[in-house]
Amino acid sequence: MIPRKTNPILVQGITGKQGTFWTKAMQDYGSNVIAGVNPKRAGSEHLGVPVFATAREAAKSAPFDISVMFIPPMMAKTAAIDACEAGARLLVCLTEHIPSHDVMEMHVAASINGTRIVGPNTAGLVTPGECFVGIMPAFNDRVFKPGRIGVISRSGSLGTLVSLNLTQAGLGQSAFYGVGGDPMIGTNSADALRILDDDPGTDAVVLCGEIGGSAEEEAADYASTMKKPVVAFIAGRQSPPGKKMGHAGAIVSGGKGDYASKRASLEKANVQVADAPSQLAGLLHRRLNAA
Amino acid sequence: MDFEEHAAKPLLAGYGVAVPASELADTAAKAKQAAGNIGPCVVKAQVPTGKRGKAGGIKLAATPQEAEAHAANIIGMTIGGWPVEKVLVEAQTKIGRELYAAIVNDSATKGPMLLFSHMGGMDVEEAAEKDPGAMRRLPLSITTGLTPDIARNAISGLELDGVANDLVEALTNLYKAYRGLDAELLEINPLVITEGNTVVALDCKLTVDDGAAPRQEAIVPLAAPEKLSPIERKAAEAGLKYIELDGSVGVIANGAGLTMTTMDVIAHYGGRPANFLEIGGEAYTKAKTALEILLENPNIKSLLVNFCGAFARTDVMAEGVVSAWKELKPDIPIFFTIHGTGEDEAVRIVKEQLGIEPFDLMDDAVKAAVEAAAAPSVGGKS
Repeated sequence: MIPRKTNPILVQGITGKQGTFWTKAMQDYGSNVIAGVNPKRAGSEHLGVPVFATAREAAKSAPFDISVMFIPPMMAKTAAIDACEAGARLLVCLTEHIPSHDVMEMHVAASINGTRIVGPNTAGLVTPGECFVGIMPAFNDRVFKPGRIGVISRSGSLGTLVSLNLTQAGLGQSAFYGVGGDPMIGTNSADALRILDDDPGTDAVVLCGEIGGSAEEEAADYASTMKKPVVAFIAGRQSPPGKKMGHAGAIVSGGKGDYASKRASLEKANVQVADAPSQLAGLLHRRLNAA
Repeated sequence: MDFEEHAAKPLLAGYGVAVPASELADTAAKAKQAAGNIGPCVVKAQVPTGKRGKAGGIKLAATPQEAEAHAANIIGMTIGGWPVEKVLVEAQTKIGRELYAAIVNDSATKGPMLLFSHMGGMDVEEAAEKDPGAMRRLPLSITTGLTPDIARNAISGLELDGVANDLVEALTNLYKAYRGLDAELLEINPLVITEGNTVVALDCKLTVDDGAAPRQEAIVPLAAPEKLSPIERKAAEAGLKYIELDGSVGVIANGAGLTMTTMDVIAHYGGRPANFLEIGGEAYTKAKTALEILLENPNIKSLLVNFCGAFARTDVMAEGVVSAWKELKPDIPIFFTIHGTGEDEAVRIVKEQLGIEPFDLMDDAVKAAVEAAAAPSVGGKS
């Protein structure tokens, strides 16, 4: 799903420093934040919305579609399972460095309860001109402008750069989908492609990948079935093998997950791959004009 | 975190998986003494990498004198880039059959995966070439784990009935160790059926999830040190991810994706990045430390600062870089491109305090930094 301004949003960890800063930013932009969670502050109000002890408690009097977590890594599993059991349709998990076994348990809870997890380690989702969920500079109109291009990125910072490049070239965005830099994410690039393929507001998609794992290869499989144009940039061409490049998922090992294989898979699926993010707008223009 | 065999085996034994008796030795004399206690033994190089046997790092010794001689040869060797500083002196095992067992994090199924093969004692790649079907892959549920039924299924049809109960117990204990230790990978190659029909883990490769370190405090000190350059080590101690590269354009960016991209675009315009250094996420207040670390690399001829702030506030990062720049007064040119959260304030800080105009387009900033790095340097320095 693509977040809309009508979707009620719960913020877990709303009273913390980051929770407060970003909730305010989300509210100012138009996101429909209706409640927050902090077990120690239950019953109080914060940023004009009620605070509950758990997501399950919140769901009783403030039903929500989306929950976003500002929760430290060692507490993330409990919070995520709470959100899933409370019936969140979409759970945006920003937290990085959650122990991997905890992440596995989160995915089990999501699958049992029918929750789509985005992340962990995502910067969130932006629907330019409507709302955002997470820690993206949606409010900076040099970066994001409403339009008809979908952007998918494993990295928040690269997604910001690419959206900026598109906006500079006069191409606004229908949605930004940050899928996250972790190895075990709930919504991968292929899933995000499917979501944008189904979105009537999206004409074409930019896929920002990076080395490591097989997300781009899987996305290429889906892209080959799409009518909408897809172009891509893959970060990490110059990165040495065997090193974790900041993201836990960004490592080339044993010749798997390298730049060349990703690029080849995408190009085979008729996805043009840019050498630099600044070329993406030009590639898009060409594909859209040819269509 | 990777654990060498000598650190991993006692952890495994703690979960009921049998391992041979052993002693760790960092000199040939100590190896001789250990062999005297243990009897006929194997002298094994302790480095966090595979293929030790092929490199000559594993030798059988019948007597303490032989163990001493082998240890003298092995200590000081370099295997896979790692200097060998110690050996494990381990009791010899009478091998009946060699199997392979591992439990790994599987990103496709987002759960644990049991790997089991009747072809143990060789490289996984080598075994896969000889018999691609030999490796059994059984996805597990993190909530129900490796049950005895799954273990029985994993070993069925391989003429292991005589040791089935012990093997099932070893595999379920292996899973308990994987869970208890927050492992990403726990690999036993070979898992041996001895001539006496007992099950023994002859080697053990263990990687523990870095993210679980806060709840694995007891074992963190036992992990093998990461292979880092002195600057990389200093960065790690400061909580920054720094990787040294061979180029001349220094890079500071926020976020892993943007930092990799900056390196790629430098190469696209004909330059070579000098490093990977990201100060995104929680590290965004550490810009000053980052700059100090980066400038220790003598190959840097120009510096490119690329911020695209989402969570990371560009004004906080710019303030850090600018104050460090003024204090350290490096004799190289610096180029900025700044966008995202806090950008107006960040651009103002850079303009007012350094008199430098940040580039609007990243490509222009990269081109300028690449050109500056290629130009003959001023001020008599080469």
